[in-house]
Amino acid sequence: MIVPLGAYIAVSAALFFIGCAGVLVRRNAVVILMCVELMLNAANLALVAFSRKYGAVDERGSVFVVFVFVIAAAEVAVGLAIVLSAYRNRAVIDVDEIHQMSG
Amino acid sequence: MIALVWLVPAFPLAAFLVCGLFGRRWLRQATGWIASAAVGASAVVALGVLAEVMGGAERTVVPLYRWIAVGDFSVDVAALVDPLSAVMLVVVTVVSFLIFVYSNGYMAHDHGIHRFFAWLSLFVFAMLILVMADNYLLMFVGWEGVGLCSYLLIGFWFERPEPYYAAKKAFVMNRIGDWGYTIGIITVFLVFGSMNFLDVFRRLEESAPAQGALTLICLALFFGATGKSAQLPLYSWLPDAMEGPTPVSALIHAATMVTSGVYLVARSMPLFAAAGSALAVVALVGTITAIFAATIALVQFDIKRVMAYSTVSQLGYMFLALGVGAPAAAIFHLVTHAFFKALLFLGSGSVIHAMNNEQDMRRMGGLRAKLPVTYWTMVIAGGALAALPPLAGFWSKDEIVGAALTNGYPLLGAVGLLTGGLTAFYITRALWLVFHGQPREPHLYEHAHESRRVMTIPLLALAAGAVLAGAIGIPPDQGFIHSFLAPSVETGATEQAPPLATILTIALGSVVVSVLGIVVSLSMYARGRPDPAAVARAAEGYYRVLVNKYYVDELYDHRFVDAARAFAGAAWAFDIHVIDGLANRFGWALVMGGTVLRRVQTGIVGNYALTIVAGLLFVLFAYGGYAAGVFGR
Repeated sequence: MIVPLGAYIAVSAALFFIGCAGVLVRRNAVVILMCVELMLNAANLALVAFSRKYGAVDERGSVFVVFVFVIAAAEVAVGLAIVLSAYRNRAVIDVDEIHQMSG
Repeated sequence: MIALVWLVPAFPLAAFLVCGLFGRRWLRQATGWIASAAVGASAVVALGVLAEVMGGAERTVVPLYRWIAVGDFSVDVAALVDPLSAVMLVVVTVVSFLIFVYSNGYMAHDHGIHRFFAWLSLFVFAMLILVMADNYLLMFVGWEGVGLCSYLLIGFWFERPEPYYAAKKAFVMNRIGDWGYTIGIITVFLVFGSMNFLDVFRRLEESAPAQGALTLICLALFFGATGKSAQLPLYSWLPDAMEGPTPVSALIHAATMVTSGVYLVARSMPLFAAAGSALAVVALVGTITAIFAATIALVQFDIKRVMAYSTVSQLGYMFLALGVGAPAAAIFHLVTHAFFKALLFLGSGSVIHAMNNEQDMRRMGGLRAKLPVTYWTMVIAGGALAALPPLAGFWSKDEIVGAALTNGYPLLGAVGLLTGGLTAFYITRALWLVFHGQPREPHLYEHAHESRRVMTIPLLALAAGAVLAGAIGIPPDQGFIHSFLAPSVETGATEQAPPLATILTIALGSVVVSVLGIVVSLSMYARGRPDPAAVARAAEGYYRVLVNKYYVDELYDHRFVDAARAFAGAAWAFDIHVIDGLANRFGWALVMGGTVLRRVQTGIVGNYALTIVAGLLFVLFAYGGYAAGVFGR
C-alpha cells in the first residue's frame, strides 16, 4: 500500500500546530522545549516525505533532516541549560514568572 | 650681511620664545634685557644689511624655504632685500631697540613684565616679516601677526575694562581692513597668477591688464592699508589704542605698525601707478584724514590722545605723498616721523610716569623744572612735528606739501599746508599745558621726578634722530633717500624736480604757517589772548563737535555696532529656537516613542512566541496569496 504524500503533509501539519499551540499556551519551560521539539520533527517529517517523493529529482531533503537533528540537539542542550540555571536562581520554571526584561 | 638677513627676525623670535616660556617662573625682570639685547642684535644686522645695499646690492632675494607648492603655484618664505625694505628694517629695529630699553624702566614694576616683553618681541618679529616678505602672502602673515600683537598689547592691562574694549575695537577694525587686503591679494593672484612682488611687477609690464582689475586691486589693498594705518574711515581704533602701555603706543601705534599701510602702498607702487585713479583716492583720503585728525587733536586733553590724533594726521600726510606720486617723500616722512613721534610718546610716558599715571593735561603744568631731559627732548620732537627747520620733520613734511603743490594737486597741497599750522598749534598747546605755567595739581607736582637714566637715554637718542634724520633727505628731492629709494619705488613717470625758487617759496610758506600756529597757540595758552575758554564759548557748536571727535564713534556705534548686535541677536535666536530646537524636539520624540514602544516588551515569553507565530502566519498567507496570483494564471 502506498501512502499518498497528502497524508504525510497532513500528519506533519497536525504535529506542527500541536507543537505550536503547546509553545503558546503552556507555561512550563520544559514542556515548551518539548513542544519546540515536536515542531522540528513535524518539519523533518515533511522534508523526508518530499525527499522520498521527488527522490528522482533531488534527494537532498533527507540530508537536511540530519542538520535539523543536530540543531535540535544543540537547542535542547542550550534550552535545558537556561531552564536549569533559571531554576537554580529563582526556583521556578514557569516562564510567566520570569519577566525581568519587561519594558 | 644680506645672506644673514634672516637673523634680523630670528633674534626677536628667539627672545619671544625665551621670554614667553621661561619668563614667568624664572626670568621675570631679566626678560627686558634679554629682549632688548635680541632686538639690539637685530638692529646691528639690519644696519649691516643697509650698508651692503648702499654698497650697490640693489635687489636681492634671500629664500629660506618653499612654503606652499600647489601645481604651478608656489609661495616661498623669502626675503626681498632692496633699498625700501632695508630702510624699513633699520627704522623698525633701531626704534624698537630704543623703546625696548626705555620699557625696562617704564615697566619695571609691572607684574606682567615677562608677558609684555614676550609680546613686544613677537611684534617686532611679525613686523620684520611684514617688511622683508617678498610676496603678498608672506606679507599678510606679518600683517596679521602685528595685528594680533597690537591686540594683545592694547589689552595688556586687561583687568580694567577700557583696555579690553579698546583691544577688541582695534582688532575688529583691523579685521575689516584685512578683508580688503585679502580681496586685494586674491585679485592679484587671479590677474597675475603670482603673489610674488617681482613677478607681479614684471607681468604688469609684459601684459597690460585691464584698468578695472588694477583699480580693484589697488583700492582693496588701500582699504587694507586704511585699517592698519588708521586712515578714514577705519581710523577710530587708534586713539582708543592708547589704553595700552605707553611704550606700546610709541612702538606699535606711532613708529612702526601703523606705517605698514604706507609701506604696503609704497611696495605696490608700480600697481598703483598703473591704476591711475587709485592714487588720487589715496591722496584724497590721506589729506582729509590729515586735517580731520589734526582738528580733533586741537581740543583733546588727554596727552596720549593728542599724540594719537597727531599720528593719524601724520599718516595722512604719508598717504598724501604716496598719492601725489612722491613715494620717496612718504618713506622719508615715515622715517623722520618714527623718530619724533616715538620720542613724543616716550616723553609723554615719562611725564605720565612722573605724574603717577595721570594723563589729563589739565592736571599738569609747570613740569619743565622737574623733568628737564623730558622737557627738552619733547620740545625737539614737538619742533620736528611742527616742521620747524632744521629739525627732521621740516624736511620731510615740507617735501610732501611741495610735491602736492608742484605735481598738480594744489588744493590738497594747500590743505596740507593748513594742517601744518594746526599741527604746530596743538603740539605747542600740549607742551605748554604740560610743562609751562603754574602747577595745577600741587600734590602731583610735588611728587613728580625725572625718570631714571634707562628711560632718559633712549629719549636723548631719539632726540638725536629727530634732529638729524632729516639729513638723509637734503637737498629736497635730490637727497640721499631719494636716489637710494628710486629703484624700489620708481613710478615710471620722470619726475621733474621743481626749480629752487619754488622749493624755497614753499618752504618759507610752510615755516610761516607753522610759526603762526605756534604764536597763536602761545598767545592763547600763555597770555590768554584770546582766552581758550572764550574761544571755545564763541564757537561752541563746532567746539563741541570737535571734543566729541565729530561723533564718529557714535555714528559707528549706531550704524554698524548696533546692526551687528541685532544681527548677532537674530542669529542667536535662530540657533536657540531652530537649530537647538530641532535637536531637542527630535530627542523628545525619541523619548516619547520609546515610552510607548517599551510596553511591547512584556517580558512574558509566551507573548513573544505568539508574535513570532503571528508573523509566520502573516508571511505564509501573504506569500500564499502572491503565489496563487502568480501561479494561478
